[in-house]
Amino acid sequence: MSPLKISWKSLWSKPLSSALNIMLIAFGTGILTILLLASTQIGEKLDNNAKDIDLVVGAKGSPLQLILSSIYYIDFPTGNIPLKEAQELARSPFVKKAVPLAQGDNYQGIRIVGTDSNFVSIYKLKTSTGKFWKADFEVTIGSTVAINQKLKIGDTFFGAHGLTGSSDIHKTHAYKVVGILTPQGNVTDNLILTNISSVWKMHEDHEKEEAAEHHDHKDHRPDQTGHNDEKEITALLIQYRSPMSVVMFPRMVNQSTNLQAASPAMESTRLFSLIGVGVDTLQWFAVLIMLIAAISVFVNLYNSLKERSYDLAIMRTLGASRGQLFCIVIFEGVLLTLAGTIIGIVLGHLVLQLIGNYQESSQARLSGFILLKDEIYLFVAGLAIGIFAAVIPALQAYRSNISKILSKN
Amino acid sequence: MVSIKSVAHSYSNAHRIGFKDWEINNGEQWLLLGESGSGKTTLLHILTGILKPAAGAVNMNGTSIYSLSSRELDQFRGRNIGIIFQRPHLIKSLTIAENLIMAQSFARLPQDLKRVNEVLTSLGIAAKKNSYPSELSQGQLQRVSIARAVINKPALLIADEPTSSLDDKNAQAALELLQQQSGLNQATLIVATHDKRVKDAFTNTYELK
Repeated sequence: MSPLKISWKSLWSKPLSSALNIMLIAFGTGILTILLLASTQIGEKLDNNAKDIDLVVGAKGSPLQLILSSIYYIDFPTGNIPLKEAQELARSPFVKKAVPLAQGDNYQGIRIVGTDSNFVSIYKLKTSTGKFWKADFEVTIGSTVAINQKLKIGDTFFGAHGLTGSSDIHKTHAYKVVGILTPQGNVTDNLILTNISSVWKMHEDHEKEEAAEHHDHKDHRPDQTGHNDEKEITALLIQYRSPMSVVMFPRMVNQSTNLQAASPAMESTRLFSLIGVGVDTLQWFAVLIMLIAAISVFVNLYNSLKERSYDLAIMRTLGASRGQLFCIVIFEGVLLTLAGTIIGIVLGHLVLQLIGNYQESSQARLSGFILLKDEIYLFVAGLAIGIFAAVIPALQAYRSNISKILSKN
Repeated sequence: MVSIKSVAHSYSNAHRIGFKDWEINNGEQWLLLGESGSGKTTLLHILTGILKPAAGAVNMNGTSIYSLSSRELDQFRGRNIGIIFQRPHLIKSLTIAENLIMAQSFARLPQDLKRVNEVLTSLGIAAKKNSYPSELSQGQLQRVSIARAVINKPALLIADEPTSSLDDKNAQAALELLQQQSGLNQATLIVATHDKRVKDAFTNTYELK
């Protein structure tokens, strides 16, 4: 009968107060686990997706919205820009690579993006089967799209107008899957890629249909009339040629054209600092819960020690040393907090997975089934809280004068 | 086997009490008689190594017990002295058998289930082995506390007021049980009491005045 077993049995003999303590610890640890996992994943996603893109050029509006729509494919685009102006910028000596993007359609909520081969090289894409899109209406799909939508090579589907919803389907042309990408761990897993002219052609016919229905309909989408001058794209991703461009190019875009330049790095930092306030608040909240849990464990042990001082004295008369009594009390604290920590970490993972399942945007989906090295700190914290809460009662058990306790009875 | 020499104890209110020398031989059964407040419990605590006397020495089987370190003394007590308290006081979260096993492991003796069964059987409570203390009657609990005191075959068995809360019939039975167990385990027995009913059962008496 080791001290550990005695502690264990003692906890089981008062299940309600033990459960309350475990729940408090589990709740605090759970929140911390979710925060840790979520902020790590969001940070990683932000970094991964914007890795090789130095600047995004798009229509005037919110720079954050421009970044969200053209790098993370979350928000709506700010508007369209003339292809001609975009091409001029792409030819600038500051620019190493320029990737045009044309958005406007979706398939089951997955964005269909018209782009060119520079997209492949900037994201370093590879196909696991099939090839990259080439002719009109050929698409290459991300790995997650292939799994979730059960699409394989040779399958065809119709795109729907807009970035979400499937009420307005382009029935005139079907897209045909010609390739599936290897998993990249970034947004491209959740995209359908095609060439720009497919997007234009899709809308060319669509506009005709719509024009027939609503004669006064005003054009607001990537245009289609066949002349380069009037053609439009959604945004242009830019990779700089030299560090000098960082200073010169955005200013040039913002001053000399009617377009807007936004830096993914800057906007991501801004976005993260906005989320950060919420994360900080929640973090303090969780720490507060942990503190309350620590006090509750302390009170629980301290009170039970009063009841048990006679028990502990009896143990001494049976040959237990002061050290063993100290250990029995410490183990009780540590067992409580350790159980709470483990339950909290498991719960945190499950809840985050649940949140991920209910998330609408597939691009920012969070996963609970990821183990982080930092979670070991949560364990250490749980252990430390247990020892911290138990140390005063344990010292009392260690110091108690058994002759006094026994003669009181 | 047990002797106290010129032992004295000082209470916190500066009251000092001296105990006359006492020599107990192996296997003897003694009565420690004294009114409440005469220092009975104090002397028992000194004898069992719980309370260090202000002066004097306690020797047991050739060991001067207060020259041992605190840890050595705890272990010595666990192996050589069995104590029966006025009230049973078992650990509530452990079963009867576990309470006895705990006594074995605190004395750093190997876990011996055969011995546990043997002792419980000799006291007629083997059927309650896996029950919790709250499920037993007072009489049964007292038997368990005797079982716990003799589980490690101590050389000295000490009982503090074992009969004070019992009626005549049960007091007699408890006393017989103690004497029987001390004989069975070849332990020297000391019964401390103010209960005059017990007197006749003992030939050796150490009286506190």
